[in-house]
Amino acid sequence: MSLNIIVLAKQVPDTRNVGKDAMKEDGTINRAALPAIFNPEDLNALEQALRLKDENPGSTITMLTMGLPRAAEVVREGIFRGADNGIVLTDRLLGGADTLATSYSLAQAVKKIGNYDIVLCGRQAIDGDTAQVGPQIAEKLGIPQVTYAEEILDIKDGKVIVKRRLESGVETVKAPLPCVVTVNGSAAECRPRNAKRVMQYKYAVSPSEKAKLDDKQKAIVEKRPNLNIQEWGAAFVEADPQQIGMAGSPTKVKAIENVVFTAKQSLSLENNDEQIEQLIKELIANHTIG
Amino acid sequence: MQKDKNNLIVYCEYEDGKVADVSLELLTKGRQLATELGVKLEAVVIGDKLAGIEKQLFPYGVDMVYKVEDKRLYPYTSNPHAAVLINLFREIEPQICLMGATCIGRDLGPRVSSCLHSGLTADCTSLVIGDHKDPKTGKEYQNLLYQIRPAFGGNIVATIVNPDCRPQMATVREGVMKKEVFNPNHKGEVVKLDAKKYVKDEDFVVEIIDRHIEKSKINIKNASIIVAGGYGVGSKEGFDMLHELASVLGAEVGATRAAVDAGFTEHARQVGQTGVTVRPKLYIACGISGQIQHIAGMQDSSIIISINNDPNAPINTIADYVITGNYEEIVPKLIKYYKKNSK
Repeated sequence: MSLNIIVLAKQVPDTRNVGKDAMKEDGTINRAALPAIFNPEDLNALEQALRLKDENPGSTITMLTMGLPRAAEVVREGIFRGADNGIVLTDRLLGGADTLATSYSLAQAVKKIGNYDIVLCGRQAIDGDTAQVGPQIAEKLGIPQVTYAEEILDIKDGKVIVKRRLESGVETVKAPLPCVVTVNGSAAECRPRNAKRVMQYKYAVSPSEKAKLDDKQKAIVEKRPNLNIQEWGAAFVEADPQQIGMAGSPTKVKAIENVVFTAKQSLSLENNDEQIEQLIKELIANHTIG
Repeated sequence: MQKDKNNLIVYCEYEDGKVADVSLELLTKGRQLATELGVKLEAVVIGDKLAGIEKQLFPYGVDMVYKVEDKRLYPYTSNPHAAVLINLFREIEPQICLMGATCIGRDLGPRVSSCLHSGLTADCTSLVIGDHKDPKTGKEYQNLLYQIRPAFGGNIVATIVNPDCRPQMATVREGVMKKEVFNPNHKGEVVKLDAKKYVKDEDFVVEIIDRHIEKSKINIKNASIIVAGGYGVGSKEGFDMLHELASVLGAEVGATRAAVDAGFTEHARQVGQTGVTVRPKLYIACGISGQIQHIAGMQDSSIIISINNDPNAPINTIADYVITGNYEEIVPKLIKYYKKNSK
């Protein structure tokens, strides 16, 4: 059976090296100032989608992301790896959203796409690590969720069988379609870009990106309108203004602080037998060990 | 109903008839917060074979236990448990709901909060009651729950409030709060709820076809000594050496997120904000540079020894002893001199 698959992906700031200047005064993140990457677990989700497509010929994968216009990069990356098309949900009105307002907005976009059998996304994004958006989208769509998926084992007769990785073991569940599946980092790694697809889709751009191209590049893009990445706004997905952006976010950031640890007076030891034996003797004497 | 007189409720998980540690830790925190707010501490347990489970909860100061029993409610599945909480919360309108940031809590919390349009903050490391003034409207709020959590890979700490929507929901990881008996003789009420009124047959949509839950043999949370390795340990074989030291000292082996992500050791050993928070008597950090998110999970260790090639590794600033050098040379010496000097 052919499937209509939606993969949700987020463009995230690389959180390995971030300072306070990455935050705006209102306490939200200044994403524009940070290096952006494809959220790692969303790549795991994409791989599960690609496997479903391999096994179910005729299936289509639609990438959906919400963020700044430059998030078209993750859509294109998904297309390079085998997705069929993609949408960037981008609108100033959506800015400053907490997980709930984000989930509502994405759920509206999923409804706009309309015909879907399964929605796949990463368990969580590395900028917030909340793992809330997947289940909240499922609730907004009124469909079941399967979280912590490690592998989609089978999909047939309108049901999907999923192996879940939990803290203390594994669980295999059967859920009716459509449903939302959030994929764990322990799932199979995503396949790399396909060279042919990179050639074919390198000019797949969103309207915002197209506006920045020179005339020659624009001409190339215009020759291949079928390759374009769509850009949708809040009004297009019929989002209630009261449920999006800051207004639609029950949680507010009250304060942001840099993390500072109290330094201790440390004792430096040489890497020699005498000092290490002395340390061990001390630890034994004060009953820390032994 | 006056919002701020409403109670605080903890969703309690259990397995094999035993309430999860994380739930007891949250009851301990919840008791404190409820007392400060002058409200009752409530607990809700959803599942099967719950007879007598309240006896495990009352010593933590629980005033009211809601029990919802149906054999289909165990093991946990998302929609039925969410349905119970949604319907129960509409009825009793708690002002605060706390859950473990476990596979269950992180699956259930978002679904419930989405339906009730209440805010939810994941993985809080601190919960405090405080006042708030909205910077835009100037509206003042009293006695809100400050939900304090790391963000951005632990580089910053954010205080989140949920001014207008109830319940204020938060999840907390196991080991972050301390479990402490409030009063062994404390007694509360038990309210048995009729499952059929809270969950419909059609909520049971996801079927569990196979389940292998093993008690993890790894227990770093309660270890009194931890030998931990970072990315600098370099390999699985490197971790074998840490295991050797650990077995000599009667310790557990811990690891950083980077070491776990690199596949050097199991996820259950991960110490830090996205792993386990530990407070051992002795923490021996081998090849750990000391990212904030790791330090946050082990800074309360009584004694910290840092073994690192880099004399300027950030972890050294919070260490009691710093040995600059290669762990592959130093760990065997620790083993040798421990064996020599212990009885």
